[in-house]
Order: sequence, then C-alpha cells, then structure tokens
Amino acid sequence: MQKIGVFVCWCGSNIAATVDVSAVSEALSHEPGVVYATNYQYMCSEAGQNTIKDAIKKYGLTGIVICSCSPRMHEATFRKTAAAAGLNPYMVEIANIREQCSWIHKDMATATEKAIILGKAAIAKVHLNAPLTASQSPVVKRALVIGGGIAGIQTALDIADAGFEVDIVEKSPTIGGKMSQLDKTFPTLDCAACILTPKMVDVAQHEKIKIYSYSEVEAVKGFVGNFEVTIRKKARYVNENVCTGCGLCTEKCPQKNVPNEFNLGMDKRRAIYIPFAQAVPKVATIDANYCMKLKTGKCGLCEKICTAGAIDYSQKDQLIEQKYGAIVVATGFNPIKLDNFEEYSYSQSPDVVTSLEFERITNAAGPTSGQLLRPSDGKHPHTIVFVQCVGSRDTSGCGKPYCSKICCMYTAKHAMLTREKYPDTDVYVFYIDVRTPGKNFDEFYRRAAEEYGVHYIKGMVGKVAPKADGKLMVQASDLISNEQLHIDADMVVLATAIEPDKSARPLATMLTASMDTNDFFTEAHPKLRPVESPTAGIFLSGTCQGPKDIPETVSQAGAAAAKVIGLLAKDTLTANPCVAHSDEMMCNGCSSCEKVCPYGAITYVDKEFRMPDRTVAIRRVAVVNEAVCQGCGACTVACPSGAMDLKGFSNSQIMAEVDAICK
Amino acid sequence: MDNKEKQKERILRVSGVNVLKCMKCGKCSGTCPSYDEMDYHPHQFVYMVEKGEIEPLLKSKSIYKCLSCFACVERCPRGVEPAKIVEAIRLEVIRKQGENHLKPNQIPQLLDEDLPQQAIVSAFRKYSK
Amino acid sequence: MQVNEIKEFRPKIVAFCCNWCSYAGADLAGTNRLNYPSDVKIIRVPCSCRVNPMFILRAFQRGADGVIICGCHPGDCHYTSGNYYARRRMTLLFSMLDYLGIEKERTRVEWVSAAEGAKFAATMNDFVETITKLGENKRLEDLRCKE
Repeated sequence: MQKIGVFVCWCGSNIAATVDVSAVSEALSHEPGVVYATNYQYMCSEAGQNTIKDAIKKYGLTGIVICSCSPRMHEATFRKTAAAAGLNPYMVEIANIREQCSWIHKDMATATEKAIILGKAAIAKVHLNAPLTASQSPVVKRALVIGGGIAGIQTALDIADAGFEVDIVEKSPTIGGKMSQLDKTFPTLDCAACILTPKMVDVAQHEKIKIYSYSEVEAVKGFVGNFEVTIRKKARYVNENVCTGCGLCTEKCPQKNVPNEFNLGMDKRRAIYIPFAQAVPKVATIDANYCMKLKTGKCGLCEKICTAGAIDYSQKDQLIEQKYGAIVVATGFNPIKLDNFEEYSYSQSPDVVTSLEFERITNAAGPTSGQLLRPSDGKHPHTIVFVQCVGSRDTSGCGKPYCSKICCMYTAKHAMLTREKYPDTDVYVFYIDVRTPGKNFDEFYRRAAEEYGVHYIKGMVGKVAPKADGKLMVQASDLISNEQLHIDADMVVLATAIEPDKSARPLATMLTASMDTNDFFTEAHPKLRPVESPTAGIFLSGTCQGPKDIPETVSQAGAAAAKVIGLLAKDTLTANPCVAHSDEMMCNGCSSCEKVCPYGAITYVDKEFRMPDRTVAIRRVAVVNEAVCQGCGACTVACPSGAMDLKGFSNSQIMAEVDAICK
Repeated sequence: MDNKEKQKERILRVSGVNVLKCMKCGKCSGTCPSYDEMDYHPHQFVYMVEKGEIEPLLKSKSIYKCLSCFACVERCPRGVEPAKIVEAIRLEVIRKQGENHLKPNQIPQLLDEDLPQQAIVSAFRKYSK
Repeated sequence: MQVNEIKEFRPKIVAFCCNWCSYAGADLAGTNRLNYPSDVKIIRVPCSCRVNPMFILRAFQRGADGVIICGCHPGDCHYTSGNYYARRRMTLLFSMLDYLGIEKERTRVEWVSAAEGAKFAATMNDFVETITKLGENKRLEDLRCKE
C-alpha cells in the first residue's frame, strides 16, 4: 500500500475562488492510502514546496498528488521537489484543478465536486505508479554526414567548427553536389563555383573532417548517440593518398568516349577522370565500366605514365566500420526523367534541354566553354522558349504533385542572363504562376521582365515539334490574350521538376527514418522541429527534406548542425523513462508492435525460457530500445497478447483513472 | 437550386470531371489542334463550367470543332479531362434537340476527303447518338 | 428550483486528451475562461494512439455516458502517425459499440490543436448536449461495479 500525500493549491484566488479547497483536501484525506492532505496558498512557491518536502519526510510518503494548475505548467517543478526530498520524481501526479476546473466553471458546488473527482483519479493513478529511472546512454562524439553537396558541406563545417569530428560520405568521386554544376546563383548572380569551391577546400583542410568520397552507407545499426555504420568505399583503382591530382592520366587515357556526367552527358571524358578542376578530393578515379585494362586486361597506360605510382588495378571495395553519435542526411535531389513528357520532344531534339543542361551550356567550364550555342549545330540560338512547371504540380501521375520551388527563380535568371549577354535573342517564358517569395526574389523576376525585356506569357506549352529546317515549333496558349501561339524557337529549355535522390529511399529504411509519399524525408514536426527526423539522432539537411534553394539549404544545414552539436555536447543522454516495455512471458513475437512503431524502437530477440517440465524453449520476443522509444504507446494497443505496456501511463493506471472518474 | 446550378450539376455528373482540380495553366489550350477553329477554348470550358456559365457553351461552335483527340486529357497535369466537358456539353445540346438521328445515306455527303481518320470516327460518334 | 437542478440528469463523460495538442487545447480553454460543463473529466494520455479500446469499454462498463478522444490534427501528431492509428482503431470500435447498442453519438474522435481552446470548449459543450439528450447509458453497464 502506498502512503500518499495530497496537496491542494489555492493558486491565490485562481482556484480558491471557485473551488472549496479545504473541502477538497478534507474529502481526499479519506481516500484509501492517503495519510496526509493539506491545502496551501501557493504550492509552487518555496514555502509550498517546503511543505511538500517536509510531509514526504515526516510521513514517509511514497506517492504524492498535487491538485493545482496544469501538469504542463508545474509537473517538472513538483517532480524536482519530490526528488529533493528523496522521493522518486515519477511518484508525483498532478490533478489539474485550475485550467480544467476552476477557470471553466462558475458554480462552486459543481467545481468542488469535479475537483474532488479529479483528485481521486490522480490518487487512484498514483497507487499504481512505480518509481522510474531514466536510462542513460553514452554519446559517441562523432557525426556522420551523408551527402557532400552544399547542405552536407555546410553542416559538416559547422559541426567541425564546434570541435566535433565529422565524416562526410559522398557517393560520387568529389564533394560539391549539384551546386558545383551551376553557373550563377540567384538573386545576386554570384558564380556558384566562386562561393562553393572555397568551402570545399575548407572541408578538405579541416582537421576534424574526414571525406569518404566514392563511398556509400552500407548498413546502420544502433540508436541515437551510438550508431554503428558500415561504409562501403568503392574501388576507384587509384591510391587516394598517393595521387597528386596532376591530371596527366586523364589526358592520356585512350578511352575517350565516356559520357561526362558532370556535363550531363553533353560531352565526353576519359575512362580515368577527375570530375572537374576544383574537385575535392582532387584524385583521379577509374570508371570500371569503360577502362580497357579492367575490362580486357590490355592497356595499363595510366599506370605507366603516373609518376606518383598511384594507379592500383587490384583495388577492391573496402568496408569501414565507424561509430557515430548523430547522423545527418543530406542526400539532395535530381531532376526527374522526362520520359513521360514526350510532347516536349526532349528525346527527339538535342535543342530541347533541361534547365540543368542549360546551366552547363552557359557555364564557362561547360561543354561549350560558356558560349550559348545550341547543341545540335553549335549555332547561336535567336529565339529561346523556357517552359516552367515541367513535371511539377502534376497530379496526373506523369510528374510530381508538389511545386519544385526553385524553377521560377532559375528560369528568371536564365532568361535575364541570356538577354544580357545576347540582346538579339528573343526570350519567352511560359508560366502557370510565377512564385517568387524570398528576399529580393520578386524584384529579381520583375527586373527580368521590365529591364531585360523577357516575354513572360501566362499559359502552358502544349507541344514542341522539331521542324525540317532545324527549328522547333512551339505551340502554346496565351491565356491572357486568349490565343494560341506558334513560335519557331531555336532552343527550348524545360524547367524540370526535382525529386529526391534515388539513394534516399533505401537509406531511410536503414535509418528507420520516415519519408513522405514523394520520398522526401519527414521532419519531426513540420513547424517546430524542421531539421530533425522523428527518429532520434537523425537530422535532415537540404533538399532531402523538400525542395529548397541555396540560401534555404544553407540555413537548414546550419540549423541541423546546431541540433547535432547540441546532441554531441552531452556526455550521456537521459532518456524519457515513460517508455514502452514488453512482458516477455506474455509476448508471442507476432511483430504487431514493430509494425506500428514510428521510431523503429522495437526489435526481436530469440530468448531461452525454462519450461515447467525443465526443458528449455526458445521463443522470439519483443525488446524495446529505451533510448529510441518516445513513449507514444501505439504498440501497447496493437499488442494482441497485452504484453506491451507503457511506463507512467500503464493500462492499469489509466483504467484506475477511468474507474475513479466513473464512480 | 436554380436552373443554372442544375445545369452545371448535370454537366459535372455526365462528364465526371472535377473542375476544381484545374490550376489554370492552359496546357489544354496549348495542346489543342482545333484551337483556332473554336470560339471558346478548352480551358474556358473548364472555367465557365466552374462558374456555372453553361448557356454560352451550349451555343458555341467549339463543341462541334472539338476533334475528341483527347490531347488535352492526355496532357493535363492535374487530370481534369477538358474533352469530357466538351462532350458533356454537346450531349446536353443533343438531348435538348430530341430525336435527330443521322440517316446512313446522309453520311457520304458529310464526309470531307481531307478529314483525318480520327475526326471521322469522332464525327460518327458525335452525330449518331 | 435548486433541488430540481440537482436531480436533473448529469452525464458522466470521459475525455482522453493527448498530451501535446488536445490537453494543451483544454488548458487554453481554461486560460481563456471558456465555459463547458463540469461533467467532462479529462484523462491525459501521451498520444491518442495510447487509448486502448479496453479503456473505453471499461468506462462504459463503469457507467460513463459518453467517451470522447481528442488528438492532434492529422499530420500534426507529435509522434507522426499516432492519431491515424487512433482514428482507425476507434472507427472499428465505435461501429462495434453501435452494434452493441451504444449509440454512435456517445463516442467521438475530435482533432483539437494546442491553439484551439475555443474549439475544445465548443466541442465539449456540443458533446455534453448530445449526451444529455440521449440520456443515461444503460448498455454495457456492469451492475457489480456499482457500489
């Protein structure tokens, strides 16, 4: 039997004016187990708290009920008070007789009656409370950033600057991501490489950051503060530590016919290559799909000419095991494939390009060395049509239902830059809506229309057809003048929707991080916890969480870093002790609880049980990882055998409250 | 419900189209091959039905100019299916006219040699109901 | 007059409120001094998905006249998906209860956010009114539980 103390607070007149507090303490003093009941003007004041502490010591109380304001207000206060008096803080229950009683009722009799019932319910619950101890788990002071684009780079730099070790895993041979492929960045038009490459160098030179380039995450085990990650370092057939990045091999390799992915296949590279001049790490990589030596055993030219002796054809994939306290996902995006949009003739004409391809065409390091030349014949285009929302805001199933967010702005940028460099070019932009929320964004778009004379037309392009004379017939509607336009264009640029990188889905499964139907990672709370995954210890940075532009990505990256630093700064993690636990004698291993757990906190183990006849049976039973469980209780209801229960809100406790209220 | 609303209701039911899905991009009109022949264009059909302005559409020559090629249905990013609205409006007209079946011997006179196959099939569907 | 009022039927109503949205919404109703009948007694649960159908059966068994479950709005659950679980489970349970003779009006699931104090009070007023009209719940009541 518990020895319970009841403390009724007046809250000045907030409670006492509508609730007869002495009647409440008097009535509750007769409840079973109650050995002491009192009321006081301000329970949360120091004097009030001392009353509680003294009573705990004097009467040897094993549980206390405080009839006061909302537990959301002072539960933590009274738990500390109890702990200070040597009582387990989870032996405290609050009856909310202010927000949910005195403040909403006017009649003293009914309010007092309700306060007594709420007090009785709390007493009934505290009878079944058990002392809980929050579990502690150590924190590995090292973070993993998955993805080496601008999001990953910024997060890694911020974490490393705070003094923690960071590893970046990047699947391509260099970090830099999509931003390294861009030409200028809106709305200020600084060149992407000029602002990105110094950051890449910072990463390479930072003593706290280690880059695993050409590597992928293979497996993830563990939980917040203590993840065990296996990284697959793919064989690049070049010894990274020896290669000087001189690039001689990339000039001499006889296999010249490899599509260059950095320029989106618009020109060729060799089988041994460095993606671009400012690559980090600046190390060559052999493309095993094209290398003659690796495919046929004949050649070996790069090995012969490499003065550093870095070429190693016998290199194998390497598996690296490493422990991390936190993981940041920064897997980024890709433009969608345009197979479903044949009306734009993307596959039929080389002069129909995606915006990212246009970005490469205008980039000084691109396939045309920055000259705006159309891919088919290398001539200057004189009429360019930009089509917005290609695959975005598409619920017909061909594209993506969401707005890709960045297209309005980069299209304005492309149109403006084209008009600036080549004023003899006619530029048309077909739009559904121009969406330019952001600092200096709308001004930028208006400048394109007003100062640079870009023709913005409200309407959509219905068809692009290559003509015999090499032009492209663009058929579109102009909704404002209510006519159908037929434009002979030299080039068509499609503002292609963006989608999360394909590697994100399997990664989410490994991390047990949830995703939405578009394969964007879900945040823990859409407004208040936008950079955390619901899975503890997993953080989100950049476009893996939703479409964003560079400034937004960088700020989210910094925010994710701040959250990681906050986690890694702790030596141990104190978990919420109100977590689920499974009674292994009742559990039948059916997996119902595992399926509903949003955090992946439930695993199964095969356990030996001694049977009554002295034999040993092995059964599969559920085990809750207390560090991962957040205590929602979904599993407790899903459990068909009643083995799963929630500490602090157990079935019996809630049932006791129900009984007390319905008495 | 007044007569105007009933008419709208009927068009929506017959066509099975949810006009509220339209985001006014105009791709239907951008893609329409008979656009220049029409007085009201595919995107206007959707918008006018949404507003309940059915009467002008019933008198429009567009409903006979529509080839039923379904390009607008195919390319609409929101799955609105404007051609089905045009079809529903045309049906509304025909139902009001009552019995006016096309006689088989009238068909050859109506056929144009330059007419594409698709349009002929479509015309048979339209005039023989 | 006074005597009559006391004898008048006062329903017993149990409200399960999730800690993050609806319980905070109920607190806000209090902070804004929005009245609703004292017949409503709130039980705090971490999430609407913590509400075991057993609790509801128990409440009716012990003489409750109505049970209402309040959770975060769809998509806003603190635990991402708890309210969806609650919605599915309760849909099934409520139709079973209806079959057993406990009218559908006696059970309800409502989404109340932490900012919707007014909605909480309005919901409770409406629910109490509905239950008062329906009168006492006799079904499922276990007389052995009565003292």
